[in-house]
Amino acid sequence: MNFFRQCLILTSSFLISLLTFVGISNADGHKGFKLGVVTFLSGPAAEPFGVPAWNGGKLFIKLLNEGKAPAPYNKIGFGGMKITAIPIDESGGATKQVQEFRNLVQRDKVDAVLGYVSSGDCMAIPSVADELKALTVLYDCGTPRVFEDASYKYVFRTAAHAAMDNIAIAKYLIEKGHDISSIAGINQNYAWGKDSWKDFSVSVKKLSPSSEIKNELFPKIFSGQYGTEISALMNSKAKVVHSSLWGGDLQSFILQAKPRGLFKRTQVVFSAGDHVMPGLGNKYPEGVILGARGQYGMMAPDTALNKWFYKSYMDEYGVFPAQPPYRMVQGLMGLKMAIEKAMETNGGKKPNKDEIAAAFKGLEFDSPGGLVQMRLGDGHQAIQPHAIGKTAKDKDGNITVTDIVRYKASCVNPPNGIKAVDWINAGFPGADC
Amino acid sequence: MSEKLYNNLLFQSIFLMSFLILVGLLIPNWLVFVITKAIAYGLVGLGIITLMRGGLVSFGQGFVFGIGGYTAGLLGTQAGLTDAMLLLFISFLFTGLVGLIIAPLLARYRDIFFAMLSLAFSMVLYGILIKIDAIGGSDGFVLPESTYFGIKPSSEYADYVLYVVAIIMTGFISILLRYYYDSTPGLIALAVRENELRVEYLGSSAFNVAVLNFTIAAGLGGMGGALNGIALGHIDPEFTYWTTSGEFVFISILAGYLSVPAVFLAALLLELVRSFSGRYFPDTWQLILGLFLILSIIFIPSGIGSFFKQFFDRLKKSK
Repeated sequence: MNFFRQCLILTSSFLISLLTFVGISNADGHKGFKLGVVTFLSGPAAEPFGVPAWNGGKLFIKLLNEGKAPAPYNKIGFGGMKITAIPIDESGGATKQVQEFRNLVQRDKVDAVLGYVSSGDCMAIPSVADELKALTVLYDCGTPRVFEDASYKYVFRTAAHAAMDNIAIAKYLIEKGHDISSIAGINQNYAWGKDSWKDFSVSVKKLSPSSEIKNELFPKIFSGQYGTEISALMNSKAKVVHSSLWGGDLQSFILQAKPRGLFKRTQVVFSAGDHVMPGLGNKYPEGVILGARGQYGMMAPDTALNKWFYKSYMDEYGVFPAQPPYRMVQGLMGLKMAIEKAMETNGGKKPNKDEIAAAFKGLEFDSPGGLVQMRLGDGHQAIQPHAIGKTAKDKDGNITVTDIVRYKASCVNPPNGIKAVDWINAGFPGADC
Repeated sequence: MSEKLYNNLLFQSIFLMSFLILVGLLIPNWLVFVITKAIAYGLVGLGIITLMRGGLVSFGQGFVFGIGGYTAGLLGTQAGLTDAMLLLFISFLFTGLVGLIIAPLLARYRDIFFAMLSLAFSMVLYGILIKIDAIGGSDGFVLPESTYFGIKPSSEYADYVLYVVAIIMTGFISILLRYYYDSTPGLIALAVRENELRVEYLGSSAFNVAVLNFTIAAGLGGMGGALNGIALGHIDPEFTYWTTSGEFVFISILAGYLSVPAVFLAALLLELVRSFSGRYFPDTWQLILGLFLILSIIFIPSGIGSFFKQFFDRLKKSK
């Protein structure tokens, strides 16, 4: 009977450890609002993107819990419920994220998840979110396909998708009279890079059919070395070089291309160029046309809400907020408004996810970057106004953004029910500029 | 008679399997999911261990893991086949076949050359998958929800049903492997590990052993990939990336080549450490994971399996 006795000991010790384990992970109570926050905290996307985004989110959550945010965000936490945030690292690929997501929902029993910068993660998460019936807010990722190829009940994206960035840049180039007779592009070899380049090059072709495409370069994501690509771009003599590089890749590209004179020789445009400005400071080149994927940072509108956010962030961290913190705060604001709207109709108790999802659909709310409207994807996908500008040195020698042109949300975003790429190909029908 | 029954492999395995299936009802959903995922990784680790017994280590099991995953995924999305058991079985056979085709090429190499060549295969596949936009490119694609004998379980039970299927299929595969390890060709593999030249002089073919073991490892890896894809509901080229392959190697080193259940325990341990360090140390989880890897290599160099072996050896002595 020795085997059985040993088995019994093993089994019982296994069960005991399991139960303590489960007990620990379920111990924390369930009073406030538990929010899982997923963003890059390690790897090349962390320093320029994930960490500032979470800094902005952390600060905003703290101010919300203290009830220090201005109206209409002046209620404590989310509708009076204190927010407890659980940050999770986004690095490691979509497969790992699906698992982390399940852990957040099933193990930590979060009330909602806010997150995702990478388009790959945004493609993978929504189907799991609907399967687990977990309220999910995508706060940043760009790919238009999330709500164009499918529809989800519990998933919302509180930021405009990437089509807007490239359409607006093409419009800007033409309005400002830049020579776009030939264009070239350097974009990462994955969905975001390819979609961005397609949106940009087709938009340019639509607005100026005579322009010619010289070079289309697709280096691998996170490659960090662009020597050959820069040579190719210099040799192509294209009038405009477009890039949707972001994070550490964009920093490397700027630092490697600047000494070789690329920015002096050609007009470079960055569709998401402002989030590396706090890190690079005055090393950022002059004369670059850039978007911030919304009216963010130096291109933010002059509203009381923006002034409050800009100042709070600046006071806390000593640098100005660029795209990432704006984006995360925008997501938190959308979620807060949806929850509080749901509480108005259910008599002020903690709303369930169905009530929040119903309130979120088609929601409109003010953010530091302007009015956000959940218009596309049947009320699940936001549109927002946009701004494009050009870098220049101010009188103290610091890099700033000038020549800012603002675009209405309905001018650079497709109407509901039309895919972004079809809308561009059709020549922007119904654009309200 | 009764004494013998306890030592019977089949009896022990079925006892363990039914125990795990029952435990699955008591533990929370997330743990059921983590165990399913550990089984998927353990299957691949088992493949590496099969190779290790013959003195080979593959740094590219992501190759078969990816093929298995994509086979299940493409059958699900393109051919509308959603039966999880069928998908697992087809992936097992198909990946085994792929393994059999490339095995003669790989089996001519040993040591680091074998490892690097297998790594090369996996990275070539990664490069190809990333470029095929029709199946999602670097984003991968989402799998349809799986069915079992034509029935789709409700979402509360989907995880548990897959867990049961995974345990039963893996259980029987593990039993077969144990028999294989103890059979003549299985034991020749150990001899090849000790002295390849002598095995050849004795009239056995080290080449054939390597081909056979690689084919088995490929089939297991494919099934693991399919299970992982079905469990997660999403597949992307990361399945074939070298870091994924590295995890499998680590699992097999942590487990050691002495015991089959140890592989699954090692995979579960790694999965739990990773998920809890990610949860409680979001900024420094890699550091925790790295420390865990270093400590386990320092303190249990011959793997968790060596504990099992000691335990059973002592058991035999005490009788």
